[in-house]
Amino acid sequence: MIEKVIHVGVLLVLPPLLLGVINKTKAWFAGRNGPVLLQTYYDLFKLMRKGMAISTTTTWVFLAGPVITLATVLLAGLLVPMGRFDAPIAFTGDLILFAYLFGLARFFTTAAALDTGSAFEGMGAAREVTFACLSEPALFFALLVLARVSGSLKLTQMLHGPAGGFTAAVAAPLVLVAIGLFVVLLAETCRIPVDDPNTHLELTMIHEVMVLDHSGPLFGVILYAASLKMLVIGSVLLHVVFTFQTGRAWLDWPLFIGELLGLAVVIGIVESVMARLQMRHVPYLLIAAILFCGFGFILLVR
Amino acid sequence: MILAAIAVLGLSGLPACVFSSRRAAGQRLTTLLMLLGSGLGLSGVVMSLNESATASLSAAWFLPWGRFAVSIDSLSALFLLPVFVVPALGSIYGLGYWKQSEHPTNGRRLGLFYGLLAGAMALVTISRDGVLFLIAWEVMAIAAYFAATAEDDNPEVRRAGWVYLIATHVGTLCLIAMFALWNRATGSFALSSAQSLSSELAGALFILAVIGFGFKAGLMPLHVWLPGAHANAPSHVSAVMSGVMLKMGVYGIVRMTALLPAPDMWWGGVLLAVGAVTGIAGIAFAIGQHDLKRLLAYSSIENIGIIAMGLGLALLGRTQNRPDWVLLGLGGALLHVWNHSLFKSLLFFNAGAIIHAVHTRDINRLGGLARHMPLVMGLFVVGAVAICALPPLNGFASEWLLYVGLFRTLGSDVQSGCPAAALATVALAMIGAMAVACFVKLLSAVFLGSPRHPLPRHLHPASTSMMVPMLILAGGCGVIGLFPMLATGLLEKAVGVWISLPVAEDSMMAAAPLNWITMLGLVLIILVGLITLIMRFLPMAKVVREVGTWDCGYSRPTARIQYTGSSLGQMLVRLFGFFLWPKTEGPQLQGVFSGTTQFKSLVPDTVLDRLVVPVFNLAGRYLPWLRIMQQGQTHLYVLYIVVIVIILMIWGACGN
Repeated sequence: MIEKVIHVGVLLVLPPLLLGVINKTKAWFAGRNGPVLLQTYYDLFKLMRKGMAISTTTTWVFLAGPVITLATVLLAGLLVPMGRFDAPIAFTGDLILFAYLFGLARFFTTAAALDTGSAFEGMGAAREVTFACLSEPALFFALLVLARVSGSLKLTQMLHGPAGGFTAAVAAPLVLVAIGLFVVLLAETCRIPVDDPNTHLELTMIHEVMVLDHSGPLFGVILYAASLKMLVIGSVLLHVVFTFQTGRAWLDWPLFIGELLGLAVVIGIVESVMARLQMRHVPYLLIAAILFCGFGFILLVR
Repeated sequence: MILAAIAVLGLSGLPACVFSSRRAAGQRLTTLLMLLGSGLGLSGVVMSLNESATASLSAAWFLPWGRFAVSIDSLSALFLLPVFVVPALGSIYGLGYWKQSEHPTNGRRLGLFYGLLAGAMALVTISRDGVLFLIAWEVMAIAAYFAATAEDDNPEVRRAGWVYLIATHVGTLCLIAMFALWNRATGSFALSSAQSLSSELAGALFILAVIGFGFKAGLMPLHVWLPGAHANAPSHVSAVMSGVMLKMGVYGIVRMTALLPAPDMWWGGVLLAVGAVTGIAGIAFAIGQHDLKRLLAYSSIENIGIIAMGLGLALLGRTQNRPDWVLLGLGGALLHVWNHSLFKSLLFFNAGAIIHAVHTRDINRLGGLARHMPLVMGLFVVGAVAICALPPLNGFASEWLLYVGLFRTLGSDVQSGCPAAALATVALAMIGAMAVACFVKLLSAVFLGSPRHPLPRHLHPASTSMMVPMLILAGGCGVIGLFPMLATGLLEKAVGVWISLPVAEDSMMAAAPLNWITMLGLVLIILVGLITLIMRFLPMAKVVREVGTWDCGYSRPTARIQYTGSSLGQMLVRLFGFFLWPKTEGPQLQGVFSGTTQFKSLVPDTVLDRLVVPVFNLAGRYLPWLRIMQQGQTHLYVLYIVVIVIILMIWGACGN
């Protein structure tokens, strides 16, 4: 019970910190001081206190976009284990619900963007739905590999590592899957090299351009849901690459949170040393992710 | 009782023919009869489900072959439910959509053949004799032709009708061959279990069944008739054709595979592969369309692909002796049959309401309809979310069963699994993501943003008789989505008809915990409600001003700069360009300040427009000498028949 409470607590409180860590890392690489670690929390509070400006073109879909996104990502977060602790909700086949919840979020995010009738937001929505068609197969190849090595269809057990320990036959596919999943993480959370959250050119963005017209608390919800999504997909990836546990609960929680922050540092490093890809080259990156995960699968079942 | 229902349904259009062509009384009577027939039929289905023995009837009849043999088991009952529900709802819908007073020339004909179509489909699902089956099948095909070509003064409708007629008869030809082979192999036309067939013969029958029924179901590349016919038929006929008639093809494949002996591995493999190709190609073509109803038609092809994948999994399970694969594959496929008939009919009714209001099917001319028809838009969102298989609606429940089944093919070692089949999950995932793209495109192009072209001054509102059927269908989507376990009893029984499973392993709930779907669906709805409430009552969160869309400081935006449906799908169309082969024309840009120019893009059907039509044109060019045979003189045709019969008699005599 206490574990579940901590799980929900981490899920609700931690996400904005990840963005802070990423920004701090990037600032450090650029030789700046950068915003304080808790800046995203301040931003969220500020946004929550503001009023909203809403376009006259929009309908209820515009409001439903952020709300449904937050609800689905929260629910998805309850399906993913943290460290060695089981997820609060686990049942056979929950991995499919996990993937499709993000689909529901995508449906309403893009619909909300198109609701404004802005050409720029249309571009963002078109990119989002297109790239998802490529990241989804990569994700499912990864899930296939995880299901096969663990012999389970529950995310909790799938992510707790292979049933028979790490033999070479299992480890090699998992390495490939980890690479593929990292690309999926970058694409789904809209980081460099797929998307640049800091750019000022609306023409070149995906996620940020879709939410141009959202303001105030609605934008706060979007920002929060985005960081939450990073935490959720990040914890899936962490289970694949990092399986060390101490066996003591009071050590394992800090360990897992440390892993998450470490992942944020890695993302920050990737963002600092790479440039954003040309938009027409993004599909190649995602196809590479499909190939990594696909080869992992072939290697496993050969 | 069901036979009476079929008779009432089949003849429901007849009395109306004596009424005046401009008065509504005849149409009301037709609808009343349709409702009566469906009510009778539904109560018959429920009664038969409660009885333990299967009701059947077999009588000799006037034809020298076959018998009048009908029977109803759970499998028939499962397919009968949509047959009795959707056409009746469509008939109510037609009261508002296809008013007799507005269509005096073809309203009565449409009513007549619409009823006949429903009756024939019901007969198809219960007939247990090859000859009776073929007769019902042909009546269904012809009735659908006349119902779909109601507006036969339009050349486009006539062309679509021709393509349909040719395709359906090629399919029927395969079915005739199949039943002839069946008769030869088993000694009768009776459709009863034939477990003693050799595997080569069974394989041949299977291939003929897949091709013959595949034409009707719309498996790629046999789907050529489908987009045109669905797009040009009146919307409630499209709904019945897409929601129910395609499923008769599925029914045929399910029924035949139930009768044939245990399949080889390649049967399941073929259906899985064909299903995956059909699904991905179908939804890719759908993304390329800008005609509202053509898009929906292609998405039907996609869903048939998903159903075929489920059947493939079930066949593999039967070969490998894995009850859980059969249960999840066939159960998921059959549940998807129901679900698709619910949400696709809903979407076609929606499309009809839109066309009724704005008189165009081109989604690139629309936009901003949400303000004018909010209820239609809400129902459209329900249908779109359901068809994208997103939780918490019904599409998710059936695809989830399929996914769980496909994941189970992984196995933990080579002996217990068939990992190649698990690759189908990746195809299914891709189909899911593309469906989201497709229906976001449709939703936004029609309802969201602002109108891209001036809308007609007066938008015909959707009448009550059009809204009620849509509300019922949307309710069905919600109920099956949240409480899928309501269906499991019937699904398990139907799977039991297909193959008798060991008692210990015939529970669907044990293989896939559907109660979790219910719970998390409700949790999701509660979460959304909660966040909405918090947002609403957050003291600070209020709208301080309403402004125009920001559009990055563009000072004079017009509605024309919005993303259209085609521009939204363009990246995906280009990505799949290797088989979509989109056609583009223009724009001609010259100099720095180019003058007025045009850009056109179109995704024609690769199989029909680039393969079938050119081949037919070639045949028309090089084979005109065959016309010598065809002079339009009936007595000569009769002579041909006589000559052929004599030749056959001689051949038969020599053979003996």
